[in-house]
This record gives sequence, C-alpha cells and structure tokens, in this order.
Amino acid sequence: MEGNTTYWQENLRLIFICLVIWFVVSFGFGILLVEPLNAIRLGGYKLGFWFAQQGSIYTFLGLIFWYSAQMNKLDKKYNVEES
Amino acid sequence: MDELKLYTYIAVFGSFAMYFAIAWWARAGSTSDFYVAGGGVTPMQNGMAIGADWMSAASFISMAGLIAFLGYGGSVFLMGWTGGYVLLAMLLAPYMRKHGKFTVPEFISDRYYSKTARIVAVVCLIIASLTYIIGQMKGVGVAFSRFLEVEYDNGLYIGMAVVWVYAVLGGMKGITYTQIAQYCVLIFAYTIPAIFISLQLTGNPIPQLGLGSTLADGSGVYLLDKLDMVVTELGFKEYTTNNMGGSLNMFAYTMSLMIGTAGLPHVIMRFFTVPSVKAARSSAGYALVFIALLYTVAPAVGAMARFNLMNTIEPAAGQNMDYAERPQWFKDWEKTGLLKFEDKNADGKIQYVADKEKNEMVKVDRDIMVLANPAIANLPNWVIALVAAGGLAAALSTAAGLLLAISSSISHDLMKGVLTPDMSEKNELLAGRIVMTLAILVSGYLGLNPPGFAAGTVALAFGLAASSIFPALMMGIFAKKMSGTAAVAGMCAGIGVTMLYVFQHKGIMFIPGTSFLGDMGPNWFLGISPNAFGAVGALVNFGVAFAVLKVTGPAPAHIQEMVDNFRIPHGAGAAHDH
Repeated sequence: MEGNTTYWQENLRLIFICLVIWFVVSFGFGILLVEPLNAIRLGGYKLGFWFAQQGSIYTFLGLIFWYSAQMNKLDKKYNVEES
Repeated sequence: MDELKLYTYIAVFGSFAMYFAIAWWARAGSTSDFYVAGGGVTPMQNGMAIGADWMSAASFISMAGLIAFLGYGGSVFLMGWTGGYVLLAMLLAPYMRKHGKFTVPEFISDRYYSKTARIVAVVCLIIASLTYIIGQMKGVGVAFSRFLEVEYDNGLYIGMAVVWVYAVLGGMKGITYTQIAQYCVLIFAYTIPAIFISLQLTGNPIPQLGLGSTLADGSGVYLLDKLDMVVTELGFKEYTTNNMGGSLNMFAYTMSLMIGTAGLPHVIMRFFTVPSVKAARSSAGYALVFIALLYTVAPAVGAMARFNLMNTIEPAAGQNMDYAERPQWFKDWEKTGLLKFEDKNADGKIQYVADKEKNEMVKVDRDIMVLANPAIANLPNWVIALVAAGGLAAALSTAAGLLLAISSSISHDLMKGVLTPDMSEKNELLAGRIVMTLAILVSGYLGLNPPGFAAGTVALAFGLAASSIFPALMMGIFAKKMSGTAAVAGMCAGIGVTMLYVFQHKGIMFIPGTSFLGDMGPNWFLGISPNAFGAVGALVNFGVAFAVLKVTGPAPAHIQEMVDNFRIPHGAGAAHDH
C-alpha cells in the first residue's frame, strides 16, 4: 500500500506539470498574453494568433503522448501494471 | 440532371450505402454489444471512432464558418474542443476504465453510493445531450436542404428520418465500425478542398502553412495581412485580433468547452470499450491526432473562405458584383433561405459592409460557409459533392452516438438500474429504441428554431456538461473523501446555475419567446455569454460540493478504498455489468 501512495503522488506530480503547460499555451499564450505576443511574427502569422489557432493544439498532442509514456514507465516501476 | 447533382447523389448515396451495410453486418445482438462493442477495439480504431463521434456537424459544417466571421475570436472553439482531451487522458479516462462499468451514471452511482446521484447524473446527461443533438439537427437540416434543394425545414424533416433509421438499427458495435468509415469520409471531404484552395491562393498545398504564407498573386503580401486589410476597409473588425466579447469571455468560453469535452457522456463511454487502462490513456492521444487533422485545417478553411467570399463580391475596391451576374452557388443557397440579398440602394450591385443600414447581404448563415466554400472557390464538381457527403457523415455519426448515450442512460441507468431492475434484455433494448425515437422527435422540433448556429448550440451543451458531470467525476477520483450528498448538491447547483443563466437569455428549453431577459450583451454577468457560462457553473459545483462536504462529513471507508483501487491500473478486468 505504501508503494501505491507514492505511485499516486508521482502521478499527481506528472499531471500537475502537464496541466501547467496546457494552461500556459492555451489560456496564457492564446488568450491572456495574445496582444504582446502578436508583436512577434511567425511568417504570416502573428504569434499569439498562431498559438490560439495552431500551436496550442500541437502542444496538447505532445502532452498526452508524453504523459502516457511516463505513466507506462511509472506503472512498471511500482509494479502496478495490469496482469 | 447536371453534373454536380449527379456527383452529389453518387457521393451521398454511395457513402450512405456503405454505412448501412457496415451497420447491418456488425449489428448488435446483445445488450453489451449494443453499448460497448464487446471491448475488442484497438486504441487506433477507437481513436478514429472517437474522432468521428466527436467531430459533429458543429466541427465540420459550422466551426470554420464561425471562424471565418469571428476571426481570432473563433479560437475558443479550436482550443476548447481539443484541450479537453488533455483533461480526459489525465484526469478521467484511465480511472473510469479501471473501474469498469458501461455508463457514466453507473460510475457515479457506484462512487457516490446512491441512487439519487445516479438519477441526477442521468438528468444532467439527458439535458446536455439533447441540447447537443439540437445543434446536430441544425447541421443535418442545412446539409439536406442544400443537397436536395429544399427549404431548411424540409431538409430537417428528411434528416430526422435518416438519423432514425440509422441510429435505431445499430448499437455501439455497428456504430464503432461505421464511424471508422465515416471518419475517413469526413476527413477526406474536409482536407481535399482545403488543399485545393490553399494551393490556389498561396501556392502552398498544406493548409496549415498556407494560412501563414504570402499570396500567390505575386504581390508578396501575407494572406492574413491582406484579409485584415480587406475586412477593416469595409468596417468589419480586424480578422486576426477580433476579440470575442473580451478576454474574460474568451477565457470562460474556452474553459467551458474544454471541461465540457471531458464531461460529455458519449465521449467518455468510448473509453470503456478499450481493452486496458494503458489503452485508455493512449486512445485519448490517438483520438486527438485524428481530431487535430481537422482542427488545424479549420482555421485555414475559415480564413480562406472569408477571403474568397469578400473577393467574389467585391473583386477590387468599389467594383461590386452585379446581382444579375451572381454565380450559381449564390442562387443555390438563396433557395434554402439561408442566404439573402436585399438591394437597399437599388443599384443592382451587391454591397457587403459592416454597417447594418447599408449592408445588402442581409442574411449569411455561418453554417453554409464550409459547404459553399468549394463552390465559391470554383473547385471541380466532384470536390463539392464530396463535401456534402462529409458534412452528412459528421452530423449523422455524432447524432447516432448521442442518441445511444441518451437511450442507454434512460433504459439502462434509469429503468433497469433504478425503476424496474428485473427488466429483460430484450425489453431493455426495446426501451432504448423507443427513447431514441422520442429524442429525435424532440430535438428535431427544437431544431426548427435552434438557439444559435450549430457550433454555438453545441457550445451550450458543453457548458451544461461542464457544470454538472465533469466536476462530479473529477472529485470522485481526486477527492477521496468526497461524499454522495456533497456531490449531488454540487451537481444540482452547478447545472442549476448554468441552466438558469442560459434559459433566461436563450428561452426555456430554447423555445423562442420564453427568454425573459433577452439575449443581450448588456444583461450578461461580467460580460460572459451564455455559451461560456459552463465554466462558472463548474466553479459553483466545486464550491458547493466542498462546502457541503465540510458540513456533512466524508464518504464511508469502503468507498475510499474503492477510490484507492481504481487509482492503480493493477487488476483491471473487462467492463462488466453489476
């Protein structure tokens, strides 16, 4: 049971990291900081606009696959994989 | 019959024949087949099916059209409808899969050890799903009215009949395989015209890059800069910065769509069908891959559609098109009543400007943009036909998935689970089909006067799910001590506040004329639109639940043990009934 508690805490830590990034790219770059970021250009895109309509989606994708991979490692480490 | 009509009939009937054939081939034989497809679906297949299930008429037909007119403000849909998958993959799917039940209310009734919780969850789920289907019906109506060249209302009636035949015939098993086929049809139908148009306008075949490229006319001007210039000259707001109702509204709107995604029963149900906890996590990722394929193309479709529309009506400043010389697509859409022109200054030319007094395009329904887009850009007829088939696939697949969620929640959760536990399997299936029929009739009736464009209506459904189901599920997993009483109080408060706010602005159950405050900006709380209010409702839900928990005490020990158990993947079995 002791192991399960630390497993859960490590999981929570991973979730926290992912959700911080999730929040920063979408709500941060895409909405709250959009005006200052729009001063920077990425080709024809204003950067804030790009994060809102393209960049955040790519980041979400990366986050889910990274989290899945990390959790698979964690499952092995604490020996809680499905039989 | 002209060439376009012929191609459209071939594309639409051909794809429909394929779906029906697959549904018939894989038709549901037992209750468990009807709801969860026997569990033998790979993460990749499941991801595709979730993609089709998820991308409805709102995504396919409506969203890019809204983006075309909202510009930057339309980003709320793009971020909101993809960001929710991050929450699903990390906060809900793996644990609910581990617990192993068929439906969301079943999970809630186990976790909150009460029939009341189950009934409340069923009610919340039905309200959210019905609202969602109204949005689909709008999309179905638009697509059929254009395709059969009839009025919108008649298009809607035909659509209702097709959805009925389709959803009642199959169950989840039929639907899973059909949805994989539908995903393929809809993604081709969406990206092919986008590639053509991107190539035409910018010379870059990849729409995601084309949107950030310079125009191919040799001027060296970026497409987005040119678009900003064109629209601001006519008095519209600048495309790339048009902030929809302020940052707070956009924040709340996006949040509401994200947590609504993670709270919608027909999406969560999909994660019960994967073989393992591990697969539940990766399924969310695969689903988002397939969804992102469309969602990253949508902003290009929106911007380019707007660009082409403006250019067609006014090729150069002051040289407006003669109404008498309007192109065929213009005439076709006029027949549906969704596009209207009124020659206010009687000069025979079309003026399309922001000023309401002078604007002569008196009605441009946003939901026609994606379907009209290939014709506006003069693409070949087979591409236009493909888009019609894709739009119908999108609307049909989601409507079917939602109807299944509604029917399972009433027949499985309410009737079998609470009211008449000794009902036979056969009667349960029959009850499910009767419920589906009723749901189609109700949503079709409400779809005659939808509370907004398809995507806006669907956003309301997300707000309702966000304020009720998501917080209850999340607290059930992450707050071990959360008790049944507290969760029920939270759900009631959350959805209550949201519904009150939505109905006072949009009409009770969206029936026109019953909105006592009117749908007006000045009456909005902190400037948050009804579509975005789910985020506030969710906050209320969390707040009330924790307050009640403090007063009434924590959940019993065996429930806390159960939570500990579904937090670890070890020992997961297949989804099972009681």
